[in-house]
Amino acid sequence: MNIFALLFMILGLGLIAWLTARARAARFTRVGNAKRLHSLPGQHGWYVATWAVVPALIFLVVWGSLSPSLVTEQVLQSPPAAQLPAFGFERDTILAEARSIAEGRSFGAFHPESEALAPAYDAAISRYNWMGTGIALILSFAFGLFAFTRVKPDFRARTRFERAVMILLLVASLIAILTTLGIFLSLVFESFRFFQMVPITDFLFGTNWSPQVIRADDPGETLGAVPLFWGTFFIGAVIAMLVAIPFGLMSAIYLTQYAPPRVRTWMKPILEILAGVPTVVYGYFAALTVAPFIRDLAVSMGYTYASSESALAAGIVMGIMIIPFVSSMADDSIAAVPTAMRDGSLAMGATTSETIKKVLLPAALPGVVAGVLLAVSRAIGETMIVVMAASGAATISLNPMESATTVTKQIVDLLTGETAFDSPKTLAAFALGLTLFMITFVLNIVALRVVKKYREAYE
Amino acid sequence: MSESLVPELPTGPKEPASRAPTDWKTDVMQKRIRARYAKERRFRMWGLAAVVGSAGFLAFLLVTMLWQGIGGFQRAEVALPIDFPALALEVTPDQLDDAGADLALASAGLQEQVTVAAIAAFGEDGANYISDSAWIAVRSAIKSDPSILGKRVSINVPASSRIALAAKGDGNDPDATRAAAQLKANGVLSNGFNIDFLIGSDATDPTAVGIWGALKGSLLTMLITLLIAFPIGVFSAIYLEEYAPKNRWTDLIEVSINNLAAVPSIIFGLLGLAVFLSFMNLPRSAPLVGGMTLALMIMPVIVIAGRNAIKAVPPSIRDAALGIGASRIQVVFHHVLPLALPGILTGTIIGMARALGETAPLLMIGMRAFIATPPGGVFDPATVLPVQIFLWSDQVSRGFVEKTSAAIIVLLVFLLAMNAVAIYLRNRFETRW
Repeated sequence: MNIFALLFMILGLGLIAWLTARARAARFTRVGNAKRLHSLPGQHGWYVATWAVVPALIFLVVWGSLSPSLVTEQVLQSPPAAQLPAFGFERDTILAEARSIAEGRSFGAFHPESEALAPAYDAAISRYNWMGTGIALILSFAFGLFAFTRVKPDFRARTRFERAVMILLLVASLIAILTTLGIFLSLVFESFRFFQMVPITDFLFGTNWSPQVIRADDPGETLGAVPLFWGTFFIGAVIAMLVAIPFGLMSAIYLTQYAPPRVRTWMKPILEILAGVPTVVYGYFAALTVAPFIRDLAVSMGYTYASSESALAAGIVMGIMIIPFVSSMADDSIAAVPTAMRDGSLAMGATTSETIKKVLLPAALPGVVAGVLLAVSRAIGETMIVVMAASGAATISLNPMESATTVTKQIVDLLTGETAFDSPKTLAAFALGLTLFMITFVLNIVALRVVKKYREAYE
Repeated sequence: MSESLVPELPTGPKEPASRAPTDWKTDVMQKRIRARYAKERRFRMWGLAAVVGSAGFLAFLLVTMLWQGIGGFQRAEVALPIDFPALALEVTPDQLDDAGADLALASAGLQEQVTVAAIAAFGEDGANYISDSAWIAVRSAIKSDPSILGKRVSINVPASSRIALAAKGDGNDPDATRAAAQLKANGVLSNGFNIDFLIGSDATDPTAVGIWGALKGSLLTMLITLLIAFPIGVFSAIYLEEYAPKNRWTDLIEVSINNLAAVPSIIFGLLGLAVFLSFMNLPRSAPLVGGMTLALMIMPVIVIAGRNAIKAVPPSIRDAALGIGASRIQVVFHHVLPLALPGILTGTIIGMARALGETAPLLMIGMRAFIATPPGGVFDPATVLPVQIFLWSDQVSRGFVEKTSAAIIVLLVFLLAMNAVAIYLRNRFETRW
């Protein structure tokens, strides 16, 4: 049966459970009124409905993860399965093909064996589907009935139902930890496989990156990530910051210290829009408008070999994207400086700009630095701008007119096209991802520490 | 008593007695003041320049996209005269009534006949003037009015991308420019609103592409994202703000949420690839997987916004509810949550807007395939609007430039609408305590 229909039925059973239990509890109050109910009728309803729905749903999740292997087991018992190669990659491909034919997702097959297996798959899938549906409905019904028999005037339905809600809330908040753990473990696991093939020193300190030509006997030779680290640093932490820091900092200063309130209320959200524009739009803008302009500029200035995928184009556009980020961090930390310091400086006869430069900025410096660190972390993790505007060639060069590549760009390049999951090429993407995760993690932790410490100093 | 009110002068290091007061009228001092004020004005100008410059970047970006994209909503059309009786299509009018009309017309050789008609009308090169999808326009004209099969009529069909570009003044192709000028002089070349761009899907020919396929993929993905991220985000926010005990576990949860909010989006793509695709074996390119990945990405946004909204509800409301005998669950679900809801919804919409514009994680889980039909459900292969923009931007054919910009306009309109709703919600429902 269709999974959605099944869910619908279980929820329907839950609704019926809720209605009947509530009605039954409500009757206790009317008949003779011998005892007062401990819980409201609605709470009895929720209690029974929870029993009717939750165990069935848990069962479905478990069944959903178990049944594919049970199905495969049954198919392997069938006569056509005897023709299969004993093990290995081909066997898996045939099984996967047969499965997708049986599920109606594909119509032709590359291997003739899979056509023969498809009916067996079809039978097994429908058998286990019916089995799962039946068990789920029985569970829903049985647990619902069990809970219904417990509806009595002095039954503490509210306490029990609220305990279930508390568990739900706790589980929801644990998902954040699970996600962090999932990211960390999957990156570490795949990177570990990568470092079994490629020595970690080759990866971290090698200067030759050309994953298109990986030698089987020495894969580490062409998988040295130093050019990527340099390109990421150069585009994200140097060029982008050279744009974002002056613009962001000066905008924040102007909007907080000089601008009339009306200008401030209008300009602040307008600058925030810069952060809301999707990165793919920036990427397109960088590749189509900024990069050719910079190339022409470079050519007119005498660089004959200017690249149309220069580091400068990607860096400038990335810097523009980061402006509101730097600006709002600077805004916050300037606002956190006590007014007394500013007023004192003004009272001594300093001009506003002298106050800003000699009093406010030095006092706000830790916050500004933390903001810049967060901005750098955002810039080096940014993907689409560099995917669309930076080059794929890994070079180490100080010249911003030349091409440079980044970690994120290479992750995308490595993982598109090829799907085999055990080549050094795809696994290298996870090693790059792990490096990126670590660096941004450290930057964030340091920045948040600085912000926190500095806030406490003034409060 | 009165003496004690006047404090004694501190007996610190003595000031040099012989210091004359500064004479501010001297030329030197006046010059210095002028210099300081000039510096002040310069600094102020730099500040203004930074604000204007940043806003200028934004304006330039938007104007560039609008300028290039507006053409994507139009298409050059050629009025193609077709003499249906002469073509003698083998279809009967009653074949056109039922669902088999498309098939009947296709098997009657309509596509070839349209090419023949073009050659008859515009000379030997005529087949290259009309788009490959021109016959589809003819087909829908026949379906909407079968009586034209007995007449000689002129139907507006899309021009080929060469002619369309030439008509817009792109002079890279002299032959096409000449042909376009010829067609224009004959009065058969016109500009029409390209409805196919809004209702069609991806195609290899830039004149035939549409964004509905990608848009539908985006909507399905957003639906999954909302269904997962909203409950989890709100429940976590409630737990952390209202019930969590102060202990190491709670700290760990808070640290993970704050950290997740700053993890680069592409890392979530790697997570989706490693866990959802290769570990859980979910279908590639499906909105289901995309939605799950994006849900994990925007969940921290919702949690943080939700906590702030819940924190803003004054404690007196909780105390009053507890005082008349509500349980802690009832306090939150009957009183705090309804009051915090506008703030939570605002945060959710902002998170959803971020998910709608996100590209990188979806590239990782394979939502970058060429998909020529809109997805039918959350398990079908699909692509999303930002990825479609990325794919079109990679195309070499020049006709895709304006289509890419047009798709960007559509994306920006959606984002603008979502943000406008968020701002409206905030202004309309947010209570200041």
